[in-house]
Amino acid sequence: MDLIQLQRQLVDYRTSLYHEGFLDEQFTQLQSLQDENNPDFVVEVVSLFFEDSERLLNELSKALEQQIIDFKRMDAQVHQLKGSSSSIGAHRVQKLCIVFRNYCEVHNVEGCLKCLQQVKHEYGIIKTKLESMFQLEQQILNAGGSIPV
Amino acid sequence: MARNGGVAWMRTTEKIDGYDLSTSDTEEVHVLAVDDSLVDRKVIERLLRISSCKVTAVDSGRRALQYLGLDEEIQKKETNGFDGLKVDLIITDYCMPGMTGYELLKKVKESSAFREIPVVIMSSENVIARIDRCLEEGAEDFIVKPVKLSDVKRIIDYTTTELREGEQREGARARRRGINKRKQREGDDDLSSSPPSTLSSSTSSSPSSSIQSATAPLSPSTLDSPTRRLKMTSSE
Repeated sequence: MDLIQLQRQLVDYRTSLYHEGFLDEQFTQLQSLQDENNPDFVVEVVSLFFEDSERLLNELSKALEQQIIDFKRMDAQVHQLKGSSSSIGAHRVQKLCIVFRNYCEVHNVEGCLKCLQQVKHEYGIIKTKLESMFQLEQQILNAGGSIPV
Repeated sequence: MARNGGVAWMRTTEKIDGYDLSTSDTEEVHVLAVDDSLVDRKVIERLLRISSCKVTAVDSGRRALQYLGLDEEIQKKETNGFDGLKVDLIITDYCMPGMTGYELLKKVKESSAFREIPVVIMSSENVIARIDRCLEEGAEDFIVKPVKLSDVKRIIDYTTTELREGEQREGARARRRGINKRKQREGDDDLSSSPPSTLSSSTSSSPSSSIQSATAPLSPSTLDSPTRRLKMTSSE
């Protein structure tokens, strides 16, 4: 695939992520903070998000396996996940966290379990999509092109 | 990049005006950013650096107090290996484990040494009661997360303005929200939600709801300041 095609593919892909509600304008904010002096800013922030999220999702899974469920602690963890997903524009994950927190508040175990599954699912999707997007960007850079805005 | 720009600007001004800036404090605002989230710290750091600030980012209220030298348990004059730079502004998350941003705000405002430092609270939750509580305790402003560059620029703008011109802090948040419950610490005239009082005879402030615009008679240094330039040319 030549450079022009790659660039077009990237633009289309990115656009679809917004249209399908995977990303929101906060992601655009992050991209605008990247420049020649900080060319990896978005990748770095998103990587931190991945690490953070995986840690939190593990902890939430464990929490829901306990005999006595610590809803307060879970709520704090979901709050953290909500915060970081909001900060990078991971829209669907963020929205699910809001629902998740509601279930924590009313101590609804079933609801929490269901939400956790959904969040894990959505997280998996956005992670794959962002990684694909970054790979496309890298291909463009490797081909000597620049990443379209 | 901001530092280089600052130095270059200072040299130029010196040449043009013979105005000696070498004795003044650094023109860059030094911000202490407090947030337990690694993602948010990285973002706020970048936002502040882009806004030409020096940034020190810490992950808890406790560490913030240590940095300032306010921690009761650790009496340190020096600050963790940093060169003891004066903090011009504190931006803190509200919800943090251990000490909340609100508690940090209170501690700062209770301290005679640091109460003048403006404190801005960030929160993902747009709860009026929470906002009011923070403003009443003396917070300069309240940003709803996720934080955007325009939020940071606005805050740095009026912090820079106040630092430069040594004015009383205005109820900028009052203009934005039509609320003013700030304690009359400095003995200001009562600020209402209507256009703010002028802060000095040479300053005029337009009651913009979003942009600070204290257009004082600018010294050559402030006219050329990157942040001032941004403020003048930016609009909502």
